[in-house]
Amino acid sequence: MSAVTVFGLCAAAAVGVGLYGLITNPQPLRKIIAFNLLGSGVFLLFGIIGRRGAAAGSGNDPVPQALVITGVVVAFSATALAIALTLRLFETAGSMTLRSRAPTGPNSDPSAG
Amino acid sequence: MSIATLFEIVLAAVVLGLAIWTITVSETYSAAVGFVAYGLLVALIWVRLDAVDVAMTEAAIGGGLGGIVLLGAAARLRESEAMTAERPGRVVRLCAAALSASIAMVLAVAVLILPDPAPTLAPTVISNAGATGLANPVTNVLMAFRAMDTMLEKVVLMLAIVGVWSLASDQAWGGRPGPRHEADPNGVLAFLARLTPPAGIVIGIYLLWTGADHPGGAFQGGAVLASMWLLVIMAGLADTPPVSSRSLRLILVAGPGVFLVVGLGGLCFGPAFLAYPVAFAKPLILGIEVAMTLTIAATLALLLAGAPERSATR
Amino acid sequence: MSIARDIMTIVGVSAGVFFFLAGTIGLLRFPDTLTRLHALTKADNLGLGLVVLGLLPQAGSVRDGLKLISIWMFALLAGATVSQLIARTARQRGPFT
Repeated sequence: MSAVTVFGLCAAAAVGVGLYGLITNPQPLRKIIAFNLLGSGVFLLFGIIGRRGAAAGSGNDPVPQALVITGVVVAFSATALAIALTLRLFETAGSMTLRSRAPTGPNSDPSAG
Repeated sequence: MSIATLFEIVLAAVVLGLAIWTITVSETYSAAVGFVAYGLLVALIWVRLDAVDVAMTEAAIGGGLGGIVLLGAAARLRESEAMTAERPGRVVRLCAAALSASIAMVLAVAVLILPDPAPTLAPTVISNAGATGLANPVTNVLMAFRAMDTMLEKVVLMLAIVGVWSLASDQAWGGRPGPRHEADPNGVLAFLARLTPPAGIVIGIYLLWTGADHPGGAFQGGAVLASMWLLVIMAGLADTPPVSSRSLRLILVAGPGVFLVVGLGGLCFGPAFLAYPVAFAKPLILGIEVAMTLTIAATLALLLAGAPERSATR
Repeated sequence: MSIARDIMTIVGVSAGVFFFLAGTIGLLRFPDTLTRLHALTKADNLGLGLVVLGLLPQAGSVRDGLKLISIWMFALLAGATVSQLIARTARQRGPFT
């Protein structure tokens, strides 16, 4: 078993675990964490494919590497935006549910929920 | 089985175990801690895959900064956790498990039957390295061969910060992001925040500079600079700047702006958008990278600080 | 010469790993925050220090060696500060497990 196989299977499992968490965890913050786990699994798949494409002078194909670096930064900015939205939701609605039935906060806003 | 393979299997198992723990643990704060540890171990996997550039980015941005933003949010939302105990029903969870397992299986099978010989662009990248004068192939791809991606990514960062800022309430619009951190000016944290930044700034610039020939670059250097700024802010030695500040906004658009100007220059005086004249390729790329590093540092730090909460005068 | 260097590396890294192992067991088994911190700082300071010491003979140049040592120094500084902060918070909140 090579590194590619071991980490490839690990990446596939990480995608599965992340997806399960994304669906079953009710809290938005947990969904964000699960989504990041899913994303890192996808990035690792890029990594093993780049590793297989290694050529003389580099141990890993630089094109997927560059794509993953871009992807990590974009994933972080999306996470930060999602968390800012969550905090704002909590502030206006007073609760942390994504359900559409009426939020029961002190200054509840029917459109937020 | 060699020792290296054994190590890889153990590493993969620990990463997976952490992922499962992060998903299933009951407290959100613990999940955020688990995510940080997961990010750092994934960085180790990237090292094993011989992708040191990615490993540094993953450790600094994925695990480090992403972890801080999650921990901060989890700490702020701790009290609200008890209110949302409703978990989905058994049927939903079973269906989700079946769906996730089947997707993981499909991906695993795809990994096992990847085509041989593997498709690769590495030889093309290496044979064209002379066009830019940079020895790090990843920087070559990021800054020259696929520069459009990197430029658009800077635009995405800017859109993200615009999105975060526009969540401010009406009173706080144009004000300072995040809470004002108060710390003992003679305490340990203030001491660390005075001692580390000089060295940290040097390390950040070094990472940017060495990125031309060795692993490193604008993202990694920018992340180090951002963390130094955040350390000073958290120790209460400086406040976050008001988002209406003109100089701050100039820094935020510097990276994509310089990139766009160079790109349009290539369109006007050269063959195509973002085409660098060969004689000036290295200075142009370095100029873009310096602007980008500033923008990345400011954007990452402000994304962490969150939406404006206080008026600028306080 | 290279065998002597390899032996130094093996001894240093093994000793470092031992401290990391002991520190991790302490972190998991000790009853309260302060004792857990005590275990953790052993792993951070001494364990990492020994690993760095073991890796020094393998460093290709003086510059690489200095980089390794500065990594240890920064980890020491950050570790000491953070454990101070955690310990202070733990003391202010009173004894808890």
